[in-house]
Amino acid sequence: MAEAVLSPVKQRPEKKRRTSSSDSARTARPDLIHEDGAGSKAVRLFLIGLSFLFIFVMMILPLATVIKEALKQGWAAYQAAVTDEYTKSAIMLTLLATFSALAINTVFGLFAAWAITKFHFKGKKLLTTLIDIPVTVSPIIAGLIFVLVFGRQSFLYPYLKDAGIQIVYAVPGVILATVFVTFPFISRELIPVLEAQGTDEEEAAALMGASGWSIFTKVTFPHIKWAFLYGVVLCTARAMGEFGAVSVLSGHLRGKTNTLPLYVEVLFQGFEWVPAFAVSSILVIMAVVILVARNIFEHNAKTGSGGV
Amino acid sequence: MKKKMRIAAALLTPVIAAAALSSCGDSGSAENKDGTITLTNVSYDPTRELYAAYNKAFAKHYKEKTGKDITITQSHGGSGKQALEVANGLEADVVTLALEYDVKEVQKAGLIEDGWISEFPNDSAPYTSTIVFLVRKGNPKNIHDWDDLIRDDIGIITPNPKTSGGARWNYLAAWAYAEKLYNNDEAQVKEFIKKLFGNVLVLDSGARGATTTFVENGQGDVLLAWENEAYLSLKDAPDDYEIISPSISILAQPSVAIVDEVVDDRGSREAAEEYLNYLYSDEAQRIEGDNYYRPTNPDILKEYSGVFDLDMVLVTINDFGGWDEAFAKHFADGGVFDQIYEDN
Amino acid sequence: MKEKGKRVIPGLGLSLGVTITMLSVIVIIPLASLAVFTARLTPGKFIDVITNRRVLAAFEVSFITAFIASLINAVMGVILAWVLVRYEFPGRRIIDGMIELPFALPTAVAGISLTALTSDKGWIGRIFDHIGVKIAYTRIGITFALVFVGIPFVVRAVQPVLEKLDGSYEEAAGVMGASRAVIFRKVIFPEIRPAVFTGFGLALGRCIGEYGSVVFIAGNQPYKTEITPLIIMAKLQEYDYASASAIALVMLVFSFTLLFAVNLIQVRNTKILKGGR
Repeated sequence: MAEAVLSPVKQRPEKKRRTSSSDSARTARPDLIHEDGAGSKAVRLFLIGLSFLFIFVMMILPLATVIKEALKQGWAAYQAAVTDEYTKSAIMLTLLATFSALAINTVFGLFAAWAITKFHFKGKKLLTTLIDIPVTVSPIIAGLIFVLVFGRQSFLYPYLKDAGIQIVYAVPGVILATVFVTFPFISRELIPVLEAQGTDEEEAAALMGASGWSIFTKVTFPHIKWAFLYGVVLCTARAMGEFGAVSVLSGHLRGKTNTLPLYVEVLFQGFEWVPAFAVSSILVIMAVVILVARNIFEHNAKTGSGGV
Repeated sequence: MKKKMRIAAALLTPVIAAAALSSCGDSGSAENKDGTITLTNVSYDPTRELYAAYNKAFAKHYKEKTGKDITITQSHGGSGKQALEVANGLEADVVTLALEYDVKEVQKAGLIEDGWISEFPNDSAPYTSTIVFLVRKGNPKNIHDWDDLIRDDIGIITPNPKTSGGARWNYLAAWAYAEKLYNNDEAQVKEFIKKLFGNVLVLDSGARGATTTFVENGQGDVLLAWENEAYLSLKDAPDDYEIISPSISILAQPSVAIVDEVVDDRGSREAAEEYLNYLYSDEAQRIEGDNYYRPTNPDILKEYSGVFDLDMVLVTINDFGGWDEAFAKHFADGGVFDQIYEDN
Repeated sequence: MKEKGKRVIPGLGLSLGVTITMLSVIVIIPLASLAVFTARLTPGKFIDVITNRRVLAAFEVSFITAFIASLINAVMGVILAWVLVRYEFPGRRIIDGMIELPFALPTAVAGISLTALTSDKGWIGRIFDHIGVKIAYTRIGITFALVFVGIPFVVRAVQPVLEKLDGSYEEAAGVMGASRAVIFRKVIFPEIRPAVFTGFGLALGRCIGEYGSVVFIAGNQPYKTEITPLIIMAKLQEYDYASASAIALVMLVFSFTLLFAVNLIQVRNTKILKGGR
């Protein structure tokens, strides 16, 4: 709608490709490339085969191992493990941490992407690099730094204690660690798309008197919704599975600060092999559900709207 | 409109998160509003089943004695890591760790008062264990004592003494054997240890990882393990493994202590003391025996003579001059353990 | 923060303010604590810690395995992205959906499963054992685990660029008789190269710091298969915060440099995406 209003001002011709390109690219082109058919087909088969092999070895086999070990002692043992009271509290905490990370990182991602792509200022590259840092920081270090800042040997500790706030070895620490490791995931997905889109449309809308809010919702957001969805999925997947940083910050209090991955470790270390894998399988199932849901959602939306 | 709502919701979440943050600081006092007392026991990894059983027994005992309900929150992890976390502010009323050295770290951080080691009987170690060999069924490589481990055809699995507190006992047990064998000739002892670790195929970061390597992934011929952990593996697969007790081993004394700063803060000292004291009761000693720890009460230990090899010669950490000395000499940076890997 | 030209879009103050505040609280201030703790060491001691032979060996193991794993990821990532974007075949969406699984599987579980698979008793390891190649407990095993950990970064970096790539150049080149290999080298690769570098950089950064999934498969033999994060872990077990921070700081500086370079490339990447087609 906004685009229709804006189009006389500045409309770049390739614009409409943006959301539909993947479908058109996939179907339209390969046949157009001049090449003897047999060779092309061989390359295609080879690449697809290689991809399947890779996915099979790297993803399917490890998953199969998890399932196999989880069911080693039969269905009853599996059921007992996944319905255990501590498993339930771990699921709740994992969901809480994931949801918090998602919320905080969404806010951050939107603001950061807006600031970085719509304006020019000095130190922009430094800023983007700093945003990315959490991805490459070793999870152990990620946990360690929060212990250094909020732990007992920190100068902040007495104040926090007086205020009755406990961060490390409590739920807030778990949330902080999760937020940290997934921090750039949403902004990272949004920035390239917004960069590519440029600022022309927003400028035009602003000149026509639109408020910041309506520029964002009417002009910007439609362009970034798929990137946003990818970011959300990445963030969710990573947040659920995060182990290292959370492990340093949680204290492993059973029923209180154990997330699913931590509970898996406690079970494993406590010589409870089958329950450990059974609880892991919950995570696997949660991840698969999210990834499948994203795929269906994306597919329906793209085909349903006629590829626009 | 819907979008607006969604984004408004997104903007609100930091506020919610902040609220969640502040609501979590409820650690306050030991006694809840409903009169239930809570304690936190920070322990190390393989004690999970032991304390699951003990906590149940203790809650019953405590109810009978005082009429009050008590719930225990457990935390398990690598012993050194757990000590570190308590030193960094993990609110533990009691610690039940793998070795004295780890409790000392909490003490050094100022949380535990000096003299804790004599606060409870037997150097504050209500149960003990030792280091044994777990080998494949039928003992195909014919392993009976430490000197078999330095043969060329033997592959050993042990955790890394640098990252696993428990593994330090393995190392020291081997050292004790070699000292006796070579009459304290340190050069030869070092050579023995070097050969032994030269046979180590995988140096896992923790005891459980080492067990997995040996049991699930089928690596190596012998696993150096705590007796209680070896029995846990045996319990799962009695037809696949057997336990070999070497002639000399070390008395592993997992230490327990009250974290003074925390119990004073929470007003839980009385409950915490009762909790650790009851570990020495006949009932608790049997629970420990059932979980393959050696009870310290000699009469009850005898009841388990069918399980444990009571004829092994067991040295103690005091034969190494105590933990501080042993640590400085063997495991600190540049210590003997580092040296044996130096000139490869 | 100087303005260039006139700005009409609202929200700079707000968005930049929120960005920098959150970034400071969650990332910058905590990371600065590393420097503070490292500062407890004298410069001489700092050099001693990070140039210790064993630490250097661990750096070497970490960097080499991470580098090789990221190279494999770069190649496989491009192939996967290509297959997912350009081909229609049964199971395509399943593959597409599985790419993020390495993120969701707790690293410890991944590590245990991968070790079970690749030890000489495992499904994969058994096959390679016949030809005398050991995977688990060697550097090959570490690399294997790191490929698992890093693959989503490359695929997800390259995929959007490939989706946006306009086919007209390729079509023109194809019509003019260029072979497939030439088209890929001359037309497609230059377009996706920045994205490949981005994915490579992120994967490399992640792989160097990876602990959970590697520690089970590594074997952890000093000088051979001992990774840097394990050394940090060992220092922490010895309650030696200063040394742990020092090694962590070296890794951090490396990651930062790497990312900064990647971001410079990213700017070019954006220009390509933006470039008038």
